Amino acid sequence: MSLDPATLVAILAMAVVTYLTRIAGIFVAGRLALRGRAKAAFDAIPPAVLLTAIAATRLPLLATIATGVFAVVALRALA
Amino acid sequence: MHRTFASSRPARVEAQEGVIDIWPVMVAAVPIGLLFGALCVGKGLSILEAGLMSLLVFAGGAQFAAVELWTYPVPVLALAFSTLLINSRHVLMGASLAPKLGGFSLRQRLCAFYFLTDESWALAERRARRQPIAPASWFALATMLPIAWIGSTVLGAWLGSFLGEPERLGADFAFTAMFIGLIAGFWSGRATGFVIAASGAAAALTYLVIGPPWHVAAGALAGIATAWAAPGPARTA
Repeated sequence: MSLDPATLVAILAMAVVTYLTRIAGIFVAGRLALRGRAKAAFDAIPPAVLLTAIAATRLPLLATIATGVFAVVALRALA
Repeated sequence: MHRTFASSRPARVEAQEGVIDIWPVMVAAVPIGLLFGALCVGKGLSILEAGLMSLLVFAGGAQFAAVELWTYPVPVLALAFSTLLINSRHVLMGASLAPKLGGFSLRQRLCAFYFLTDESWALAERRARRQPIAPASWFALATMLPIAWIGSTVLGAWLGSFLGEPERLGADFAFTAMFIGLIAGFWSGRATGFVIAASGAAAALTYLVIGPPWHVAAGALAGIATAWAAPGPARTA
């Protein structure tokens, strides 16, 4: 059961950043009403970053899945 | 700053309703937590470190992204940056929910929002359409989920320490599938398809040409720019 100092620092940094995102809404409520393009851009951040996390290191697997999905869509369109 | 709702309903009833709302989410969180714990151990984190992350960060998507980025020496800034981007959605969720927590003091709000997740937010928003959210109902609803999440993380890490390399069992594919499931949860029409295609291409290219951690910023920027430019139903909302 070990606790590496650098790992602890990283976990604490993640925790502080996350908590700040959680409570920020309390202080901007009523002043923050994103609409249109700004809302679309903001909503795009989580899926874009999640894909970024796997895009780099799981490229072959993702290419395989994308090929599979494309093949199914294409064949359905033909059928 | 806050109004006090004269709630005639006893706190016990409010709390029970919160628990009834959240328990299916707790059940669903267990396999995800098990996988997360096992992946942490596969990346070299200890059981204690994995459990600590689930306790202190308590945000599944950001934690999965972090464990994927994890290397030694630990890229602290890249991990914090990725976490900030993925969790930035909390700001909007909190801004929407905060005015509906009428009977909460500021201290209660600061405690309450530690437990803000996609799931507890969605359940609370649904509840707020019918009745004011009492502190008893929020805290019962919101504090149950960490029990399942932290518990399953620790159990998964413990089991993972016996299993060894995740690749050997095909768990790396489970991991990719998990990510695809997480991304699907944010799906809001065809525009999301353009977003992930653009961010995936930009991230992969940057990873190959420049190297980590810049691919996170490149992928995020490409996704944001695409959402800004692409036509979609979200535009008119």
